[in-house]
Formats: sequence, structure tokens, C-alpha cells
Amino acid sequence: MMKLVFALAALAALALVPAFAGPYPLGLGIGILGYGVLATAWAMFSGPTRYISLATVAFFGLGAYTVAVLADMLPYPLVLLVAAFVGLVVALIVGLATLRLAGIYFVIFTFGLTELVRQLVTYYEVNVTRTLGRYVFLPLGPEHIYWQLLALLAATLAIAFWVSRARIGLALRVIGDDPVVASHLGIRITRTKLTLFSISCVIMTLAGAIQAPRWTYIEPSIVFNPTTSFLVVIMALLGGPNRLFGPLLGAVPLFLLFEWLSANFPNHYSIILGLLFIAIVFVLPNGVLAAGDSLWSRLTRREARP
Amino acid sequence: MTLLSLHNVTKRFGGLTAVNGLTFDLAMGETVGLLGPNGSGKTTALNLISGYLPLSDGSITLSGDAIGTLPPERIAHRGVARTFQLVRALPSLSVGENVLAALAFRKSPLWGQQAEAQIEALLADVGLSGRASQPADSLTYIDLKRMELARALASDPQLLLLDEWLAGLNPTELRAGIDLITSLRQRGITILLVEHVMDAIRALCSRCVVMNAGTKIADGPTSEVLADREVIRAYLGDEHA
Repeated sequence: MMKLVFALAALAALALVPAFAGPYPLGLGIGILGYGVLATAWAMFSGPTRYISLATVAFFGLGAYTVAVLADMLPYPLVLLVAAFVGLVVALIVGLATLRLAGIYFVIFTFGLTELVRQLVTYYEVNVTRTLGRYVFLPLGPEHIYWQLLALLAATLAIAFWVSRARIGLALRVIGDDPVVASHLGIRITRTKLTLFSISCVIMTLAGAIQAPRWTYIEPSIVFNPTTSFLVVIMALLGGPNRLFGPLLGAVPLFLLFEWLSANFPNHYSIILGLLFIAIVFVLPNGVLAAGDSLWSRLTRREARP
Repeated sequence: MTLLSLHNVTKRFGGLTAVNGLTFDLAMGETVGLLGPNGSGKTTALNLISGYLPLSDGSITLSGDAIGTLPPERIAHRGVARTFQLVRALPSLSVGENVLAALAFRKSPLWGQQAEAQIEALLADVGLSGRASQPADSLTYIDLKRMELARALASDPQLLLLDEWLAGLNPTELRAGIDLITSLRQRGITILLVEHVMDAIRALCSRCVVMNAGTKIADGPTSEVLADREVIRAYLGDEHA
């Protein structure tokens, strides 16, 4: 009960940020919330199953493009609903096609999927609509985007919390540990993975849809930028993909670091990103929270010794 | 009454026939040993029964229903549980969660407080009382085997497939293991036991099926089968037969 009160108080405090923050800090807040949502949604599926998905930006971009295409035709809430539906349909198709794959094959497929979606959208725009970019004019200020992302983050954390305590969460962990044992215990592996993959992808699609008005002008190279998928993986791994707040904890410092790096070292940004990725995988394979736990238990064990 | 029936069961891996026309029945409540030298196809036969491998030919029925083409999860829901030749613990889970994984996904699932009480009872049955919160990857080899058995029992099986569950145990542990399997037999669980430990086979199995090079070479009461010349030849070579 105390935890719920604390969570609601934190949410209320965060909701007040636009009232005090200037445009630049608010922009940073939107970025952190956006990546926090993506990393938490990514970890919801990829954390327990250990299926490293690089398709994050495919769904993020689909959400943004859906808004760009439909913003003039439908009321905004309905546009978000359609975006979620598009994300769900694509997730089900991709999931049914790929979730029988495992390990490196899944990673490569999801990476290829992002490129495929980007090329398909580009082909459609160039050859059918005869335009590459689209303008998104919606009467939404940064504070509206911030509040929507905050609500989406709260919902994502609530779903992740529920999953971690529900049967489906246990099923995912068993599948991640040993799919052979999982199937012999009666777990329907494909259905379980597909369910969580779809939930995760719908959230990613919504994150893209909500942020679309921020850019005003979007084109495939912006919203389907594969770097986003890699950033999300690094953030989740840094914080710890198997902890509720781990991915969010990873998103905050890394987003700020990437902002600083891209502003100050635009030509070396990708190299530093790659090195950081390698360092995190080697030094903190289970994330900072798990490393903190392990350090704490080592210290307390040492103190307990006579 | 027949619980499990294998008819002309065959498994080919490319040009290699690992199980060739295997036919035998298991009566309800029976404990049968599936014996044979290494590479004779015993584990492959268990993998075919549990659905881990698809059949190349033949049929398997459980209580009269064909299960030969079903996936493992559906066979598990029909009451078939197993242990593995190399223990397959779920290392990121605790001992209790390993058992919960079976309780939560069996045909009549248990979750929450009901499951917790059942976990403790199952762990007590296999000698792991009070160890539910311990990480599974911190258990010793024998305790991992106990945990794997508790997990299999948590599925509430009518047929239990034990793949060399007694292998690698010291004499004291072996005695305890035999007593444990005896208690399962007394509960009415039908057991198919792949095993090399002859003392255990004599103590536990009223009947044995012996395989060699994928083919059944003997099927009958344990004492007769173990004295069979062809069985001795398969295990020890021509000079001992």
C-alpha cells in the first residue's frame, strides 16, 4: 500500500514538471520518458526470454507514421487507437513468423525487419504518394506530449509489474531458462511469447505515435533510425532487463549522456556508443541493480563473518 | 488396464535409425525398466513418448488416445511428466519457483497460496524441505535431481518417465532414491525407468524392456530378462553370453 502511495506521489510530482521546466529541460524530460517507455517495454519481453529484439524502432516508426498519415483525417485519440492496432497486427505477423526462431537468428531477423519496414514505407511514399516526408501539424505542445508519455510510462510499468507477478511472467522466465523444460511442463511457448511480444510492440508503437507531433516533419530516415533500437537495448542492459525499474534507470543517464555526446562529438558518437555497448555487456551483464545487489550481499556477508 | 502403448515406434535421424519398430505396453500402476547399452535408443524412446521428438513411424497411445503427434505441452497436460538424463534445472529461478512452474501450468493449475502449500509438501517428499527460497543453481547434483523429480511430480502425472535418475548417486543416496521411487509406485504412479543401476532395477521393476541398437531384444519379468543370453551379450559381449 505504501509503495502504491509513493508511486502515485512520484507520478503527481513528475506531472508537475512542465509547470516549472523551461523548453530545453522539458525536451530532455520527453526524451527520457520516451526512451524509458521503449526500454521498459523492450525488457518486458526480452528480459525474461533473452530474445534480443532490434525491431524496437520498426514499431516506434510505424506509430509515428500512422499519426503523420492519419492526423488530418481522424480525431487524435482515434489516431492513437489505430496506431496501436497497426502495431498489434504487425507484431502478430512478425511474432508468428519469427518467435520460433531463437538466439542470433531472432536478432538478425528483427534487425532486418526494421530495414524492411523502412524500405517499404519509403517505396510507398516515393512511388504511391509521390512524397518522402510528411508534416505533422497537431495542436499539441511539448507539455501535452510529456503528459501522454508519462501516462504511457506509468501504464507500461504497471503492466510490467503485473507480468512479473502473473503466471505469464513465470512462463516467460521458464522459457528464457529452458524452452524444452517449459514445453514439458505444459507451457504453450509460442502463444506466451506472442502475447508478451505483442503487448511490448503495441507500447513501442504508441511511444512513436505520441512523439510524432514533436518533429513536425518526419521521414523514414528519422523515425526508422536503427540507432534507436540499439540505444534501447543498451539502456535496458545497463539498468537490468529483469528489474521493474532497471530499464528506466538505464534510460535516464544514458539518454543524457547520448545527448551530450551527440552535441559535442557528432562525428565520433557512433564509435563511443559501440564501445559503451561492449563495456556494459562485459562489465554489467545483469545491469547496475543486480551488480548493486551482488555488491551489497558481498559486503554484508563480509561483515557477518567474525 | 493399459496406460501407455507403443506400437512399431520408429525414429530416424537421416540415415540412422535410433529406434526401430519398438512395441510394448505399460499397465496402469506398473513400474517398468527400459534397459540397454549406451546408444541403444532408450532416451530417444522417452523423447518420443514425451513429445520432444516427432515420430518417424508407428504410434503411441495414452489411455487409448493417440499422443504420437502431439506437442510436449499437450502430452504434459494428459499426465506425462519426465526428468532428463542431464538434469535440466531452471537456473534463474528458486527451488520453489522450479516446482511452481509445473504447478502453474499443469492441466489443473495451482497458483498463489494453494501452490505455496503444495510446493512445500512436494519438496518435503523429495527431501528438500525448507529449501524453496534457495536459488536452484546453488544446489548440489543430488539435490538438483530431487528438485527435478519434485517438479515432475508437481505436474500430477499418471505416467512418470525417469531418465537415469539414479545415475551418479553414492550408495546412501541410491538407497534413499530407491525408497523415494518405491513411495511413488505405492501412490499408484506408473513409472517408466531408463536405468543402468541394476540394484535399483531389481528393487523397483517387476518387468523390463531391453533395447539394443534401437530394437527391442527382450521384454518380461526382471529376473528372466537379466538372465537372458541376448541381453547379456548386448551388455557384456559374446564371451560372457
